[in-house]
Amino acid sequence: MSTTATLFLGIFGVLLFASAVAHTLHLTVAGRRPHGVIDNLRDRINAWWAMVGLVALAFAFGKTGVIVLFGLLSLLALREFVTLTHTRRSDYLALALAFYVALPMQYLLVWIEWYGLYSIFIPVYGFLLLPIVAALRADATHFLDRIACVQWALMLAVFCLSHVPALVTLDIPGYEGQGILLIAFLVIVVQSSDVLQYVWGKLFGKRKVAPTLSPSKTWEGLLGGVLSSTALGAGLWWITPFTPLQAAVIAFTVNVMGFFGGLVMSAIKRDHGVKDWGHLIAGHGGVLDRLDSVLFSAPVFFHMVRYLFGAQSTQ
Amino acid sequence: MLEPLARTALLGFAHLLTGVRAIYDAPLPDRPCVYYGNHVSHGDFALIWAVLPADRRRRTRPVAGADYWEKGIVRTYVGRRVVRAVLIERERDKRAQDPIAQMSAVLTAGESLILFPEGTRNLTDAELLRFRSGLYHLGRTNPGLPLVPAWIDNLHRVLPKGELLPIPLLCTVHFGAPLAVADDEDKDAFLERARAALLARRPAHLEHA
Repeated sequence: MSTTATLFLGIFGVLLFASAVAHTLHLTVAGRRPHGVIDNLRDRINAWWAMVGLVALAFAFGKTGVIVLFGLLSLLALREFVTLTHTRRSDYLALALAFYVALPMQYLLVWIEWYGLYSIFIPVYGFLLLPIVAALRADATHFLDRIACVQWALMLAVFCLSHVPALVTLDIPGYEGQGILLIAFLVIVVQSSDVLQYVWGKLFGKRKVAPTLSPSKTWEGLLGGVLSSTALGAGLWWITPFTPLQAAVIAFTVNVMGFFGGLVMSAIKRDHGVKDWGHLIAGHGGVLDRLDSVLFSAPVFFHMVRYLFGAQSTQ
Repeated sequence: MLEPLARTALLGFAHLLTGVRAIYDAPLPDRPCVYYGNHVSHGDFALIWAVLPADRRRRTRPVAGADYWEKGIVRTYVGRRVVRAVLIERERDKRAQDPIAQMSAVLTAGESLILFPEGTRNLTDAELLRFRSGLYHLGRTNPGLPLVPAWIDNLHRVLPKGELLPIPLLCTVHFGAPLAVADDEDKDAFLERARAALLARRPAHLEHA
C-alpha cells in the first residue's frame, strides 16, 4: 500500500475513534439531550470528516488538486478577511484586482513553479501597485488603514496560504514525486496541535496566556498541545524526507508559529468585535478560524524544507 | 417553463457570490407581511429572497419601480415573469393605478411583499435615507399588517454604484421583530419608528463605511 493510502487510513481511524467517543459522551454524559460542549464537539468532528474527505479528494488529483483546493480556500479566506475590514467605495478597483488578478496570478505562478516571482509578487508588486490604484481614486479618508487592510488580506489569505500547495513543487533529492506528503505533514501537525491544545486546555487549562485576546488559550493547553503534537510530528517522520529528530524540531517550530498565528488572528477579531471570521464550517466558524495557524506556519515550513532539504539550496 | 430555472440560477448566484446568511431577532410572521429593507443596489430584493425559507419565498413578491423594470425585453421578462415584481409607477402624475391598492391586493391574495421605503437606491454616504410614506399608508390600509425590518449588510461593497464586476464579499440579512402601525399613530412618528427599527439591525462594526 502507498504511503498516502496508509496515512489516510490512519486519519480515518482517528476520526472514527473521535466520533465513537463523542457519540458515547452524547449518550452518557449528555443523555441524548442538547449539551453545549458535547454538541459543539460533535459538530467539530463531523466537520473534520468533511474536511479530511475534501483533502483526500484533492490529493487524488495530485498537484492540480491541491492547487485548486488551496486556491478556493484562499478565495474564501480573502472574502472573510475583507468583509471584516473597513474599505470604502474608492477601494473598489484595488479589491477587484486582489480577488480577480492577484489571487489567480499567485496560484498560477505556483502552478508553473516560478519560485522567484511567486515569493515576491504580493509582498513587493502587490504592495506597490495596490496603493497606486487606490490613490488614483483621490480619496484620502483613512487611506493608510484601508490600503494596509487590503495588503494584509492578500498577504495572509493568498500569499501565506499558497505556500501550502507550493510544497508539492519542491525538488528534494531522494524524495521525488512525494511532495504532496509534506502538505499532509504540515496540515496534520498544525491542525492536531490546535485540536490537542483544545483538548488539553479543556481538561487541565487554568492559567490564561492572553486573556484580553483569546480567553480560551491557556498555558496548560499550549504546552500540552504543542508537545504532544510535536511528538506526533516526530512519529510521522516516515512520510517526510526528515529523520525523527529533524521532524520533531520542525514540528515544534511549526506549532509555535501556528500558536502565534492563532493569537494574532484573535487580536484582529477581538478588535473588530467578532468571535468568528465566518459561519461556513459548523462548530468551527469560518475558513480563517480553521486556517489561522496554517497561515503563519506554512511559509516558515516551506522555507525550512526548501533551504535545508531542497536541491535549490546549493544555488 | 424557463422561469423556475432562471429563479434557481438567480438565487444560486446570490448565494455563491455573497454567502448570504440570515439573522432573525424574532420568528417571521405566519401570515402575509411586508419585509422592508435598506436599498443600496439592484440586488437587494434578491438577497432577502435568497435567505427566506423556500415556502415563504414562493409567496413573496418584490415591489419595484415600473420605470426601471419596464425598459427593454430582458428587464420586463425578469421583472414580470422571473421575480413576479409588483410594478408601481413612482411618479405621481403618471399613475394609472394607486400603488397602495396594487400592494394591498397582493396582500389580500395571501402573498407577502418586499419593499424599500427609501423609494430609490441610496448612493449617498448616509446609512439610510428618509422613508417615503408608502409603508405608512400600506400599514393604515391593512390594519395589523406585520412590517418586518430587514437590514441588508455589505451589498453596497459587493457592487458599488457604476461598477460592473461584483466583489465576492459576505453579506447578511438581519430580520427584526415585526412592527405594525398603531391606531392613532401619526405618519411622521411611525416612519421615524420604522426607520429606527431598521437602523437598529445594522451591525456596529462598519464605522468607516
